[in-house]
Amino acid sequence: MTALGDILALLEGDAQADRVVPRTGQAARLSLATSAAMAFLAVFAMALSMASGRLADRWSDALARSSTIRISAPAAELEAQTWAVLTVLEQTPGVESARALTDEEQQALLEPWFGPELPVDDLPIPRLIEVSETAEGYDGDGLRQRLAAEAPGAVLDDHTRWRRPLVEAAGRLRLLGWVSLVLILGATGAMVTLAAQSALAANEQVIRVTRLVGARDSYIARAFVRRFTLRALTGASAGTALGMVAVLLLPGAGDSDSFLTGLGFAGSQWLWPLVIPVLAAITAFIATRVAALRTLRGLQ
Amino acid sequence: MIVMEEAAYGYGTEPLLADLSLQLQPGSFHFLTGPSGAGKTTFLKLCYAELLPTAGRIQLLGVDAAALDRDGVADLRRRIGVVHQDCQFLDHLPTSENIALPLTVSGRATPDQAANLSELVSWVGLKSRAHALPPELSGGERQRAALARAIIMDPDVILADEPTGNVDWDMSLRLLQLLVELNRMGKTVVIATHDLALIRAAKSQVQARVLRIQGGHVTVAGADL
Repeated sequence: MTALGDILALLEGDAQADRVVPRTGQAARLSLATSAAMAFLAVFAMALSMASGRLADRWSDALARSSTIRISAPAAELEAQTWAVLTVLEQTPGVESARALTDEEQQALLEPWFGPELPVDDLPIPRLIEVSETAEGYDGDGLRQRLAAEAPGAVLDDHTRWRRPLVEAAGRLRLLGWVSLVLILGATGAMVTLAAQSALAANEQVIRVTRLVGARDSYIARAFVRRFTLRALTGASAGTALGMVAVLLLPGAGDSDSFLTGLGFAGSQWLWPLVIPVLAAITAFIATRVAALRTLRGLQ
Repeated sequence: MIVMEEAAYGYGTEPLLADLSLQLQPGSFHFLTGPSGAGKTTFLKLCYAELLPTAGRIQLLGVDAAALDRDGVADLRRRIGVVHQDCQFLDHLPTSENIALPLTVSGRATPDQAANLSELVSWVGLKSRAHALPPELSGGERQRAALARAIIMDPDVILADEPTGNVDWDMSLRLLQLLVELNRMGKTVVIATHDLALIRAAKSQVQARVLRIQGGHVTVAGADL
């Protein structure tokens, strides 16, 4: 018995073979409902994984090639140290551009915490310098040493300290989503195997009689494989459709980086859930085939 | 057709059948007799490879039964028609589909075969019952349907296990007549029965040999009928 033969039989169909093996209502309902539920969950696992991926990429891109230099110095020295830092940066390989934030920009940064009436000029607020890196990047340790010599009040923050855990967390979440997807497929396979074994046990007499009149194992197995594969495909298609609708109805992310509101698919990612019914059908095909052949081998 | 060489079979440590050495020639007609539990059904099962000998060798249609793989056993059963004691039908299928089952599972259910099926159903007298489900058939009708199913693939050998066990005398004679007709067509026929009256009734119709199973051994009982 070849898998290719099974696949061809699956596509061609065999009405007579379908009649020989009677339908078992419980196994049919179980495999349909299980496939639908698992596909629904798989859509969410996929959405979680893809949203995590997008978030990780966004955080990574936004922060990876930028850094900040904070200059804390007495008011009289602040301007001089700022010029010194910018001069150092101009001469540093790997620095694409650097500029000091204006008072208005610094005020805008602080506004969420201190309100719009903050008197920036009257407060000893550090000067911030935004640095953009080239693709190669700069030597962070070397730059720190030069800044310490030229502008003692300057502190370099390359965002690595807090960027790395966030990107790692998003990456892990993405991995978790894919692992969940694999587990869901595994659980679907296990459920279909149990349902197939139940159907095979319920049809033991049919199998025995058909063997007695000359049916090959492949003929008997195909009837079960075809039925369970189509059930898994049907159930998973329904579950996937429902899952996609549910994801579509989730609140939109807008321009924010909020994870919960960003859960979903973007653009061509909406095509990915369509793979789920196919994967469910392949899983059911393999699970039923293995279960059927194992059961048949136990019968003379 | 079927050759046994010192074949034996046992379900436990004690052999039920031992030292089976015989040949069933093409076109021959055999009755297999013996008390209940003597091993008649086991003997027949050895003849269509539902059981394999625990010792010795059995050749079925020229092939060593022990050498057959599962597909080989399936192919062999298409050439050996069996009428089981309990008929072994699929109760959810109409009688005609049960009769055609060997054709269906072998992928030979063609329109020509459908015409043959109709002819066969008429031959066993079940034309009006073709659409009935097996549980709706009488004992005699079930046996005739089982016989029709056994011969639909035009097998070389027909094995019948107590085919008249659950039918009245008239029906027994009718079934015997059908089996004799098949034998005249060149089929090898083996009937397991404990009905001596049936064996006597066959005397005028066919040259048959009686094999008697007793004490685990098969002997030829007296002269050929």
